[in-house]
Amino acid sequence: MGSGGMIVMDEDDCMVDVARFYQDFCVDESCGKCAPCRVGTRTLLNLLDKITTGKGTRADLKKIRDVGAAMQKAALCGLGQTAPNPVLSTLKYFEAEYLAHIDEQHCPAGKCKALVTYSIDASKCIGCTLCARRCPVGAIEGERQKPHRILPEQCIKCGECLKACKFGAVSRR
Amino acid sequence: MKTVKLTINGHPVEVEAGTNILNAAQKAQVKIPSLCYHPDLPAWAACGICVVKVKGLNRLVRACATPATEGLEVTTHDPELYGIRRTIIELILSTHPDDCLQCPRNNNCELQRLAAEFGIREAPYGKRLRDLPPDDTTGSLELHPEKCILCGRCAAVCQGMQGVWALEFIGRGEKMRIAPAADVSLEESPCIKCGQCSAHCPVGAIYEHSHAPEVYAALADPTKHCVAQIAPAVRVALGEDFGYEPGTLLTGKIYAALRRLGFDAVFDTNFGADLTIIEEGTEFIERFAHGRGPLPLITSCCPSWTDYMEKFAPDFIDNFSTAKSPHAMVGALTKTYYAEKKGLDPKDIFMVSIMPCTAKKFEIQRSEEMSSSGQQDIDISLTTRELCRMIKSAGIDFRNLPDDEQVDSLLGAYTGAGTIFGATGGVMEAALRTAHWSLTKERLPTMELKEIRGLDGVKEATLKVAGKDVRVAVAHCMGNIEIVLDKVRAAREAGEETPYHFIEVMACRGGCVGGGGQPYGATDTIRRQRAAGLYRDDEKSAQRCSHENPMIQQLYAEFLGEPLGEKSHQLLHTGYYKRKPYKR
Ligand code: SF4
Ligand code: SF4
Ligand code: SF4
Ligand code: SF4
Ligand code: SF4
Ligand code: SF4
Repeated sequence: MGSGGMIVMDEDDCMVDVARFYQDFCVDESCGKCAPCRVGTRTLLNLLDKITTGKGTRADLKKIRDVGAAMQKAALCGLGQTAPNPVLSTLKYFEAEYLAHIDEQHCPAGKCKALVTYSIDASKCIGCTLCARRCPVGAIEGERQKPHRILPEQCIKCGECLKACKFGAVSRR
Repeated sequence: MKTVKLTINGHPVEVEAGTNILNAAQKAQVKIPSLCYHPDLPAWAACGICVVKVKGLNRLVRACATPATEGLEVTTHDPELYGIRRTIIELILSTHPDDCLQCPRNNNCELQRLAAEFGIREAPYGKRLRDLPPDDTTGSLELHPEKCILCGRCAAVCQGMQGVWALEFIGRGEKMRIAPAADVSLEESPCIKCGQCSAHCPVGAIYEHSHAPEVYAALADPTKHCVAQIAPAVRVALGEDFGYEPGTLLTGKIYAALRRLGFDAVFDTNFGADLTIIEEGTEFIERFAHGRGPLPLITSCCPSWTDYMEKFAPDFIDNFSTAKSPHAMVGALTKTYYAEKKGLDPKDIFMVSIMPCTAKKFEIQRSEEMSSSGQQDIDISLTTRELCRMIKSAGIDFRNLPDDEQVDSLLGAYTGAGTIFGATGGVMEAALRTAHWSLTKERLPTMELKEIRGLDGVKEATLKVAGKDVRVAVAHCMGNIEIVLDKVRAAREAGEETPYHFIEVMACRGGCVGGGGQPYGATDTIRRQRAAGLYRDDEKSAQRCSHENPMIQQLYAEFLGEPLGEKSHQLLHTGYYKRKPYKR
């Protein structure tokens, strides 16, 4: 990841989100002297934000490649030259994940909160109330022993209900 | 001179060792684009647009910051480099307002030109503007940091060339911005209003505060008697905005343009330059030959320099010539001598000086001595650039104006000595011509003092006058002055004789020909061309010494009496005050 260090990730990690995380870090680290890095880091971050919130387009992928190339070749120091590497390498090896976000507004790893919805399958829910008690924002309603329901406007997509449910009634999509 | 051979796009060139690739490419008729590099300044390497390929290197290098070395094979343009440059321009534009139509650099902006050359038609990265307030506190220069592309030129000029350190980058990353040092306002900062930042800025982020609206209003007012005067350096630079070669002498056309703009009388600051020589030359002789006052005598016609001295070298206040700058003298005399002769009420006179300079805008109000006529002696000072715009907006076909239009009488006629004031060394040369005559009643054997011409930062000469050595120094570009002052200080401390008797200082590189209010794009080549234009004006002048100016003689006979006399003191001299570099 830029520095040459290695991080091992599994299918629970969204490559776009990981790239976004590193870009956010680079925006803070850019010293600001040279234009490719100062403006490029922020531009990449904004493009990744767009994609992770389901507003990205295929044209944004070309923009990422253009900006990334300009930074790699024309940023003044190693920081700016390597700042686009996480984005460019994930785009190269995991392009399908990017396309899922863009074409289907879907985050395969379920990490991009804007693209994820949690719901309760009424046929599986026995109304144990565990999820409603775990939910930190009280976004689950339902009477004891009756199927529960998640209120989408209130849900912050933390995933606690999914972990809590012992009957596989909560699903993420 | 050691040279190196290299190839630019396969084309062999030979350049002086140490030349950067960007300048070497010019020898192969190749322009490598850049937004931050400027030939006056060390490479800052910020924009990244000048990247080129060098055979054998697997990364790109910046042409501005990479010296040409023997055998280098450079590729400056190919589709990949085009794409990278284009992306960087688009990135810069994504943080830059699309204000071209309201911008003083419209049609004359390095960023705009590059965007046009690359055919930018879209804004792929959107717009993220920075909400940064402008600073118009000095009345001379406006800083618009939201338009700044952070090229670093102004800070390098202000710190390196000028030694003032009034501008600095503040913040880091995307928060980085250009601001007066310590984040005070420009007016509270040590800024000396030289305007060199504005002359070097590639975009419209620092520019002169325009006073053209006030001038238009006065020209439209039938109760006002509007008078203009032009500084020496204006006549050899203004043409650049109308397609002339730098250095083309256009005095007659400029007089004609001013009349057509509606000025009732057109005077020449060169007359004031001649008068400055009489007053300052007399001061010099008083100090040099009669021991009345401290040596060295230091010239004071550059307001940025006097501002610098008051802030950074107040130990030299007593060495300063008290003579006002030439335009201020013409201003004071217009509202007294001219008004009297013409039967005009000085209150009705509106005096506009056209200057190569942004600091003159500040000078005309710097102290109460600038209102010696009872009114503010100069109402408005415009830069050369502002006059160019006025001429264009008034629909004047400048190129076809008559060349031989004459200046108005009383405060217009000038000698060759007056006109060379606009080039570094010119004031000294003019002063020595007259001082020599005053002390020996003979003309100098050679009028041209070549040792003090040209663009070396500090020039020294020794001249035998009436059997005595006169040691002089000439410094230009503000940062060079400390070298000269330190020599004087060292002699002072050691109790030795002063190393110089007379020192000329101009804040701008090349003197006023390279002034902060001149047409954009000055380089050393252009500064030399402009200076050469003034020296040609000198050579073709009937009189080449200020004391030979018949109108100056008439002025003393009819009005002033004698140099350094009571009237001169009241109208033509000023005082200096120790000031703090930072106002808070
Ligand atoms: S690449 Fe280096 S020099 Fe350029 S802005 Fe980034 S950190 Fe600063
Ligand atoms: S994901 Fe979190 S916030 Fe949403 S319903 Fe489940 S527990 Fe509540
Ligand atoms: S600085 Fe240049 S590009 Fe920016 S608004 Fe002004 S003219 Fe246009
Ligand atoms: S006007 Fe001169 S002193 Fe003031 S900020 Fe600009 S370069 Fe510096
Ligand atoms: S103000 Fe102008 S010269 Fe200064 S850094 Fe910004 S763009 Fe460059
Ligand atoms: S050198 Fe001339 S143009 Fe520059 S600040 Fe001084 S007077 Fe003005």
